[in-house]
Amino acid sequence: MTTPAAYQVSHLDALEAESIFVMREVVAEMERPVMLFSGGKDSIVMLRLAQKAFAPANVPFPVMHVDTGHNFPEVLEYRDQRVAELGLQLVVASVPEALASGMVRESGDGMRNRIQTPVLLDAVEKHRFDALFGGARRDEEKARAKERVFSFRDEFGQWDPKNQRPELWSLYNGRHHPGESIRVFPLSNWTELDVWHYIAHERIPLPSIYYAHEREVIERDGMFYAVNEFFRPRAGEERFKAQVRYRTVGDASCTAAVRSDADTVEKVIEEVAATRITERGATRGDDRVSEAAMEDRKREGYF
Amino acid sequence: MSTEIMASANAEARAVTGAGPEARAMDLLRFATAGSVDDGKSTLIGRLLYDTKSLFTDQLAAVEAVSAARGDEYTNLALLTDGLRAEREQGITIDVAYRYFATPRRKFIIADTPGHIQYTRNMVTGASTADLALILVDARKGLVEQSRRHAFLCSLLRVPHLVLCVNKMDLVDWSQEVYERIADEFTAFAAKLDAPDLTVVPVSALRGDNIVTRSDNMPWYEGPSLLHHLERVHIASDRNLVDVRFPVQYVIRPQSTTVTDYRGYAGQVASGVLKPGDEVMVLPSGFTSRIAAVETADGPVAEAFPPMSVTVRLADEIDISRGDLICRPNNAPAVAQDIEAMVCWMDETAPLRVGGRYAIKHTTRSARAIVRGLHYRLDINSLHRDESADELRLNEIGRVRLRTTVPLLADEYRRNRTTGGFVIIDEATNRTVGAAMIVEAS
Repeated sequence: MTTPAAYQVSHLDALEAESIFVMREVVAEMERPVMLFSGGKDSIVMLRLAQKAFAPANVPFPVMHVDTGHNFPEVLEYRDQRVAELGLQLVVASVPEALASGMVRESGDGMRNRIQTPVLLDAVEKHRFDALFGGARRDEEKARAKERVFSFRDEFGQWDPKNQRPELWSLYNGRHHPGESIRVFPLSNWTELDVWHYIAHERIPLPSIYYAHEREVIERDGMFYAVNEFFRPRAGEERFKAQVRYRTVGDASCTAAVRSDADTVEKVIEEVAATRITERGATRGDDRVSEAAMEDRKREGYF
Repeated sequence: MSTEIMASANAEARAVTGAGPEARAMDLLRFATAGSVDDGKSTLIGRLLYDTKSLFTDQLAAVEAVSAARGDEYTNLALLTDGLRAEREQGITIDVAYRYFATPRRKFIIADTPGHIQYTRNMVTGASTADLALILVDARKGLVEQSRRHAFLCSLLRVPHLVLCVNKMDLVDWSQEVYERIADEFTAFAAKLDAPDLTVVPVSALRGDNIVTRSDNMPWYEGPSLLHHLERVHIASDRNLVDVRFPVQYVIRPQSTTVTDYRGYAGQVASGVLKPGDEVMVLPSGFTSRIAAVETADGPVAEAFPPMSVTVRLADEIDISRGDLICRPNNAPAVAQDIEAMVCWMDETAPLRVGGRYAIKHTTRSARAIVRGLHYRLDINSLHRDESADELRLNEIGRVRLRTTVPLLADEYRRNRTTGGFVIIDEATNRTVGAAMIVEAS
């Protein structure tokens, strides 16, 4: 049988259909799902997919932002605007509040990546969330390349990479006991380039820092860090102005920018297609700690 | 593969790769690879990633540094995705790793699985979603037990396309005779398995021969390069567009003042084509109605087909919930509680035994099941059936009879990979302990 060309499905349509299927499974089977929403491009795409999955009904779960207190103002503004537009309930798991209450203590290097985890887990427990959507992709990092779409977490929020449930066909096993939870990654099979193609195709607005702009930066370990209230140059580091954009958006104290003239989504796609360095490799100080830095954080309950 | 060799990758090949802004027109091919480092599998995958510009310099640099520190003689590309600490420490691949690359024609998802027999469950997992499976043999060794086992598992999981790469051709002087002997032997074996489409390609992954471009060293080979085949193999007709099967996933009923009286059945089309106006039947109730509309968030569509996720609205108000299935009145799956299935057992802690009770998940339907019988256990190397077996242990495969608490809306797996497959779950631990492929449902 020859299939007419009309029944061809593009890779983006196939990825979209798979992600929507995953989200509907979660809402159908889990009691209290929540979507992690940072205002980063992956979570923005994920939120768009959620709108599509349940239309014409509203997105049937709240969104949660793990707020390290080290935010880019453009991203916070974007977050609040999206939440208001879509009439979503926003849960903020606040690291500054957890620091004030003594739940966590500032780490020696001032990075708040690791101390977000207890704050996240505390919010999960308080709200009794049993499913957390995260925007992580398998192409991002090698520990993530082996993570399931439905990733089981024990009552301590821990991931056990050697004890993962086999995941066959599109049959996702979300069963868990009270107190345990499932992290769900609807974008597992998307690459950075797929995300950008989708943003272009859907004309999804993004926080402005994803596009080229002039910013005062310093160079450290080959990465460009913006000088702001959370990031202070060390002695000898010279401030200069550069045309940059952010490939990832995370904690403002450890997320670096890349030199770029890409000020439109089309130019960003060209740039991403031509780049020879992974997005985390180019922009994340936190992954450079060791070969297994991500796996170690994930075991503790990091997203 | 050394960096030097990788750097020698064909410049022309690079020029045609990398996905541009026109990428919406690409389609998606999922393929599974099985094998061990010895077969050159990592080198082959490394070569595909590198030559399609999908391997990044920081990834390569990290792998080179670790390889050098461990005293490896060559850059061990397995380290690229052997990302778990235990895997790096033990130098083994434990789990399925997913890797991604794209050419202007296609996006590829590789499910890279370890090849040894103790990882059969991983290979079954990787093959379950694959459009194509790639099996490697070392030209010097020819077919080995492992190659036959991989071919069998691919046929069991009904992977529609099989590619045998006869690797390390450089080490047998690019011999046509060696290649043909292996190709003939494998073709004969595959015919016995009722394996679908088979392609055999002689390659040298290390040197890049017949990977991206045709090799000058084997002028006697008239077929395509591996990448050329992967880019062009026709997969659209692998989808079943005949049998309408729409498992209802979720009922959308907006609680809204602007959208009232809306009731839509959300799901992903498993097979067939759904159009407004079509007469349909809902199982297990057997009620019939017509499709009023097929909708997506972007508006109504004229047709829905796999793998689209859509929302179907019917002309009549019928009680439908998650786990029901929409089909055509004259073409329906079995509504069955007695299920015959091939089961691959995946649990190391307890075997499958006759009398055992489990939870199962089949399409969007959950049920409980009791194992009524084990007909035989299959030796997956010799294909010998052991009818005296009374249990299935980790990685073992056998034919099982089950009785379910509620009917499954089931097809034979060979006819439909979505409505023909289910997973078995241990109710105490909640772990997925088995994969089942339906042979018969009544």
